[in-house]
Order: sequence, then structure tokens, then C-alpha cells
Amino acid sequence: MSVASKSGPVQSVRSSELAVQCRQIVKEFGVGETKTVALRGVDLDVLPGQMTLLVGQSGCGKTTLISIIAGLLNATSGSLSVLGEDLINMSGSNLVRFRQKNIGFVFQQYNLLPTLNAVENAAVPLIIAGQPRRQAFEAAKRILTLVGLGSRMHLLPNQLSGGQQQRVAIARALVHEPRLLVCDEPTAALDAHSGQTVMELLRQVALQPDRAVIVVTHDNRVFNFGDTIIHMDDGVVSKVEVPDRNSNRSSESMH
Amino acid sequence: MNWLALRMLTGDRSKYLSLILSITFATLLMSQQVSIFMGIVTRSASQIIDVRDADIWVMDNKVRYIDEAPYLPSNELQRVRGVPGVEWAVRFHKSNMTARLPDGNFRNLVVLGVDDATLVGSPREMVLGELSSLSKPNAVFIDKAGYEYMWPNQPFKIGQEFQLNERRVVLEGICKASAPFTTLPIIYTRFTEIEQCLPSNRNVMNYILVKPVAGRDPLEVCKAIEGQTDLMALTQDGFFWRTIDYFMSSTGIPINFGITITLGFIVGAAVAGQTFYLFTLENLKQFGALKAMGVTNVRLIGMILLQAGVVSGIGYGLGMGVTAIFFTFTNRIAPMAGIHLTTVAASGVGFAVLVIILLTSVFSLRKVLFLEPAVVFRG
Repeated sequence: MSVASKSGPVQSVRSSELAVQCRQIVKEFGVGETKTVALRGVDLDVLPGQMTLLVGQSGCGKTTLISIIAGLLNATSGSLSVLGEDLINMSGSNLVRFRQKNIGFVFQQYNLLPTLNAVENAAVPLIIAGQPRRQAFEAAKRILTLVGLGSRMHLLPNQLSGGQQQRVAIARALVHEPRLLVCDEPTAALDAHSGQTVMELLRQVALQPDRAVIVVTHDNRVFNFGDTIIHMDDGVVSKVEVPDRNSNRSSESMH
Repeated sequence: MNWLALRMLTGDRSKYLSLILSITFATLLMSQQVSIFMGIVTRSASQIIDVRDADIWVMDNKVRYIDEAPYLPSNELQRVRGVPGVEWAVRFHKSNMTARLPDGNFRNLVVLGVDDATLVGSPREMVLGELSSLSKPNAVFIDKAGYEYMWPNQPFKIGQEFQLNERRVVLEGICKASAPFTTLPIIYTRFTEIEQCLPSNRNVMNYILVKPVAGRDPLEVCKAIEGQTDLMALTQDGFFWRTIDYFMSSTGIPINFGITITLGFIVGAAVAGQTFYLFTLENLKQFGALKAMGVTNVRLIGMILLQAGVVSGIGYGLGMGVTAIFFTFTNRIAPMAGIHLTTVAASGVGFAVLVIILLTSVFSLRKVLFLEPAVVFRG
């Protein structure tokens, strides 16, 4: 699995096969004296069928980068291709449709709708896509069973533990079968055991040959779940690490 | 998405009920006050509405409202009768008098004197007694609410006697009449009886009631009367609105009620607005998540407007229901008789509620529309 290079981006895979390809992504907030540069030219490649961990200290630009990759934030400059689409030049409405169809989200605070039970929460992306409620609920039940919540699917979020709520969030992120799953600190609000369970679940259920999973985390207890670990520091990719998942060795490249 | 909007709304029951109750309260307060206001103002001209057999009122040309008409010389009646286009014209008296009861108590009254021969201007509906009894000597009729005021807790009975300006009169009938502005009893009697009660007065006719010739425009006949006499002639509708306008412009009633209605609007808007805004703020992360998942701004607007519409619809319906129940019960009380929920009040308050909910939604929408979906990634 030799996919990392000195410059960070994947070299041995054709760019058309990449799930995400960032080139010199710059993001600035504010203007004049208040201007802050969050990303200073990020190059990044993400392969389908892999779990890519984006790690680094708070404020290093992980969240900004993931927001840009997910089409939630516009980059100031650079080029970005996600699932073969040029997101930088995509119109707002197309971007919304793109997100709806292709991207699943797992949030740190779950962001489940408190008034909906697990099935209804998990079905939300399908309902947004216009699928009839009954079909959406059936699909949600199937995926909830898959994430191990078959017996708790009619409970409200406040009746579930943190780990269970995150499982519902994962079910919601996967129910519409997106090709890119974006997870923001999915284990941050969980204890060590629940965090491990959630990461195992992401590997077992979320990873598909045609689906890429990007996980933003600073929880080094879950680093062993990544196929690629991208370290960020002060708005740039500082290191790309490709752990050898079979031998616990890893190859590294400095940026 | 409508389902999702409604589940978000109804899931938080305390806020959902607060929103509905705030709209209900605002609707109740506004519709009740508007209805009472309309009822009281209409009462100021209720004696005009009650005369249904004449289309035109003729009076001194300086009259501003029904309670302020000087007596006219009796020859004015003949002059009006001589105007082309007048089918008939009869005299009519309206004044306030004091009745002395056998037990020595006295009550102020509104006294209406109708033409002896035609009884034009007499009550339309009798509760007890016959209309023809008004022709009997010393006969008077009293309205139902007035009877209850004059002889409280007594069953309806005719033959009771009292004095008007030291002249004995006999109650020969109890009738229905629209409540007057001052809620005084209304006494109907014949014009000649009035002349007996007020012997020192040279004239006792303050109005002439006119029926235009069939097919003639009443407004044209009014102009003709005004052209040939020095009097003012108004259609029933015209005189009604002239009286209403006087009360609206010369009394504190519109200001007092206006303040209450405005307060109802402000309180309703503030409470509903604040609750709905808080509801939106608490769900902001969820709205952000929905945005991230691909819900467009247009659909979010639809969701919020649906939520606002449902809350306002239910609140308005409940408020109107409570107002209707309120007036159903209070209508039995004499001072509130005739005051009811009007269509104008219902539709006006409906519009006000719509404004409240739109204002409320605007603030919430503003927050949601300018929400960056990336906010979901900020823990």
C-alpha cells in the first residue's frame, strides 16, 4: 500500500481514481488587519476504499479543510476535485445537490434531531432526497440493525448513550449510500471503549471499495484504524503516514 | 420535509404549547377588544339602525350625532312633505327623561316618540304585548334589558305604572331593541304622549323620518330636501356613520381601545416572536446539519413558514373559539348585550396574527438563512 509520497499527494494512482484531490488549497478568513490564514496551500489526496485520518493540534486547519472538502466552505484559492467533480467552480445549488447525494456526515456532537427517534433520524437524508417516508424508514431500519441498534431504533436521542447516538449518526451518514463519508472528531465526546467501538464500526460498515472515509481526529488512540494518517500543522500538511496495518509498521513522508 | 418540520415543532411540547398559547392570547385579547369596541361604537347609533321603515332622517343642519338634535318647528314637517320625491314624512322624537317609579326610585331613560298614526319608528319585535297596544292612552313600551334594569328579578309583566315628568304612563309591552350607548332603558311611546309629558316645550320633534318615492335614489331625495329646506337630510347609512364618526373623533373610546388592541398585538408578537426565535436558536445546529446534508435555503424557509403557519393557525383558531365562548356567555348580561364577535374583527385579527407570525418568522429565517453549514463542524 505505497501511496504516500514526499509531497503528500498520492502518486501511484491516477487522479481520476482519487476520491479527493486538493491542490494548493488556501483559505483566508476576514480582511485587512483581521485577516487570518487557516490553510496555506494544502495538497492532499484521498483514495476510495480507505480510511484517511486527518490529525493535528487544535487550530491547525483540520476542520476548515474538511469543511472545504465537504463543500460546506469555499476555498480562497487552489483546486479541489471530489469524486471527480470540481467543487471550486461548482454553483451553490449544484453544491447542495452534490452534498445531498454524495456525502455523508458524522459530527462530533452527533447533531441528531432531538424530537425524532433513531429510525426517523437515520432516515433524514433519504427524506431530504425526496424518498417516501415508508421506504426511508425501512432503509433506516436496515442500516440501524447493521450498526447494532436493532433493538433500540424507536428510542429518542436522549434515551440513548453517547456511543449509541454516534451509531445513529453513522447510520444516518450511510443510509443514502454516499461515496464520501466525512467524520468530524467522531470519538471526541465518547469514552475510550465507545470510541474504539465507533471506529471499528466505521471500518466494518462504512468502508466500501468505492467509498472513502475521512476522519478528523486528535485522539491518538484511534490512529491505528487509519489507512493513511495525514498530519496537519499551521495550515499545511506536515506529514503523511501510511501505517502497515498488518505489521504495525508505518512509512512516513515529511512535507 | 413538511413532516420533518412538524416533528421538529411538535417534539418540543413546552415550546410548542407556549407558541400556541401566545398566539391564542394575542388573538383573544385583540378580537375581544375589537369586538367590544365595534359593539360599543355601533351602540352609539343603535337607535338609527332600529328604525327600519324610513330611509331618510331629516334634522337640524348642525346636528353631529343622534343624541344632539335640537327640536324643529312643526311646520318643517309640512315643508319636507312638500319636497318632490318624498313618499311620506313623519315626526320622530328622541330625548332623555327620568322615570319615577312607584317606590320613589327613579331611572334615566332614552325616550323615543313615534308618529301616532303610522307608528313609524316603533319596535320591530315584541317580547310581551301587542304593537297595537302602543295606541292606548298613556301607553309605553320598554326594551327587554331596560325592563330588567327598571324592575330587577321580576318576571315580565305589563300594566306596570310609573311617571314621566310627573305624568302617569302604563307599560303596555316589552320589546326588543338594540342596546344604546349608555345602556339606559329605551322607552317607546306615541308623539302625542311626548307632547303631554313635555307641555312646556313649544316643539318636541327633533327628527323627521322620510320614505322616498319608490325608484327614487334616497341620496337625490336628500339633496332635494336640503335644497328646499334649511335642514340636513341623511340616508340611514349616512346618519349612522355621521354618529359613529362623531364618537370616533370626539371621545376617548378609539384611543383607549386602540391602546389595548395595540398592546395585545405587541404582547402577542413579542411572546410568540421570542419563543419562536428561541425555538429556532435551539435548533440552529440541527438546521445547520440539515443544510450540510443538502437542504436548500428555499426548503428551510418553507419549513419555518410551515411551523409558523401551523402555530398561528391553531393559536388563531383557539383564540377565536375562546372569544366566541366569551361572547356567548356575556351576551346574557345586559351591559354586554348585542356585543358579539364580528366578521370584521375575526378577519382583522386574522390579518394581525399573520403579521405577527411573519415578523416572528423573519427573525428566525434571518438566523437560519445566514447560517454557515460549516457551523456543524464547530463542536
